[in-house]
Amino acid sequence: MERAMISVEGLARRFGDHGQPAVFEDVWFGVEKGEFVCLIGHSGCGKTTILNVLAGLDRPSGGTVIVDNREIDGPSLDRAVIFQSHALLPWLSVLGNIAFAVSSRWPRWPRAKVREHALRFIELVGLKGAADKRPAELSGGMKQRVGIARALSIEPKMLLMDEPFSALDALTRGMLQDEVLRICAETQQTVFMITHDVDEAILLADRIVLMTNGPGACIAEFVVNTMPRAERQRNGLHRHPQYYAIRNHLVEFLVNRSRAFDREIAEHGYDSRRPRTVRPGLAAINPAAEVVPLRHAN
Amino acid sequence: MATLKESLALKSALLSVLLLAVFLGLWQLAAQPAASGGTIVDPEYAKLVGQAAATGSKTPMPTPADIGVALWKHLSDPFYVRGTNDKGIGIQLAWSIGRVLAGYLLAAAVAIPLGFLIGMSPLVYRALDPFIQVLKPVSPLAWMPLALYTIKDSQISSIFVIFICSIWPMLINTAFGVASVRREWLNVARTLEVGPFRKAFRVILPAAAPTIMTGMRISIGIAWLVIVAAEMLVGGTGIGYFVWNEWNNLSIANIVSAILLIGLVGLVLDQMLARIARLVTYPE
Repeated sequence: MERAMISVEGLARRFGDHGQPAVFEDVWFGVEKGEFVCLIGHSGCGKTTILNVLAGLDRPSGGTVIVDNREIDGPSLDRAVIFQSHALLPWLSVLGNIAFAVSSRWPRWPRAKVREHALRFIELVGLKGAADKRPAELSGGMKQRVGIARALSIEPKMLLMDEPFSALDALTRGMLQDEVLRICAETQQTVFMITHDVDEAILLADRIVLMTNGPGACIAEFVVNTMPRAERQRNGLHRHPQYYAIRNHLVEFLVNRSRAFDREIAEHGYDSRRPRTVRPGLAAINPAAEVVPLRHAN
Repeated sequence: MATLKESLALKSALLSVLLLAVFLGLWQLAAQPAASGGTIVDPEYAKLVGQAAATGSKTPMPTPADIGVALWKHLSDPFYVRGTNDKGIGIQLAWSIGRVLAGYLLAAAVAIPLGFLIGMSPLVYRALDPFIQVLKPVSPLAWMPLALYTIKDSQISSIFVIFICSIWPMLINTAFGVASVRREWLNVARTLEVGPFRKAFRVILPAAAPTIMTGMRISIGIAWLVIVAAEMLVGGTGIGYFVWNEWNNLSIANIVSAILLIGLVGLVLDQMLARIARLVTYPE
């Protein structure tokens, strides 16, 4: 079987002693090249821990993550992280923060080239006039733009985002989501993003990974976002024929199924290596699709 | 808002001047020479203790005007040398500042790298903590006999005392600043695969710089406090020696002048470090 670009295989994480129950265990999923995948789950199911393991900032208690057919061993410039708290270095200007990342990526570049490259990405996120400002002088949305520019500036193979917009107000969040959508379309970026916002997931993700509640959380199923990327626009999203079917499916999972998934396992069986893939959007426009046998991912 | 601030500054300045005037006025009154009793004294005794003290015609406590005169005399010719025990106050202050800077810079050279290591390693932090806790509260002057015995040079001993007293705040603050660098900034460095030296100088050092500077500012204050006492003990040169020498001369006016200058130099040293601290401080 061909491996996905990111392949999470049997991941588990325990905190403290071995007797403690795992926060999550036996987690298997993949992210294809160029795919935008969102992971949704309640807080406490270990979403951020999974992202940190992918980033190489945390080590799993069991299982591995394979990226480009190699087991990851610590952080890498190939996997850029956009932190929830933006994590800008407050003593550096916007330009300084991005230049720091750029010169970490390409240590031999002359100063002028680093600067020019950094400015290009500052412009990309629409912060042209703020290059010399310190992070403290920026609004929350602008700070996160810098975080995004910093992550993109190192031209990573994939982006890992940990609830990047959750600390922002709704208006700013919407604008930034559009921007991320545009940038990812332009750069064909592979993205793995953590969120607890259902609409955000529907807007951005090609595929949504649903995680059950912890402890002992696992992947419940994959929801394919059958709305084509071109048709996903924030303003018209709610008018899309598939929108409510997908949204209801996600909300139903988060509200009811995520905490009683054990019962579903007992009734229908469960293969942790191949959680089932569903397409609730297609069912909405073509009810017959529901009776088509469910196919597995990959 | 600006006018409010300005008026506050003006008012406080006026109040300061007023307080000073009241203080000087009271002092002037209290130090008025008492009516001469015309006591007859043994001329040998008078020679020994100084004419003024012997006759009692004038209290040894000088008036503010006397201080002014003394201060003017010192400041108008600060660098004269008329023998080992009679040097200008500028020379004495220069000696003291030199010793303080030597001891202080040596301490910084040891404390900041060592503090960095301690802060980076919880193991070293814990291992060295008991020593630091025991040595920190020791009065620096208690080291003096040990320093004199081992170093056998009073000059270097006084520098050593400055070194030992200014090392602790810098060491502790550096270790604390380094240990409490935000995890997310370190994570940024990790995800960017930043090497250890680059991480130390580009992330940890700037992040900890405000805390380190606070330690350096505390240290220079302590060093300047301690040098006066140390120089009283070792003698020879320095503002502390000057004060002690003037005490032996029973020249209170000179002592008060020296006190004022010690205060001023301390203020300048503190403000210099405060300015550097402002440069490395970052708003979050």
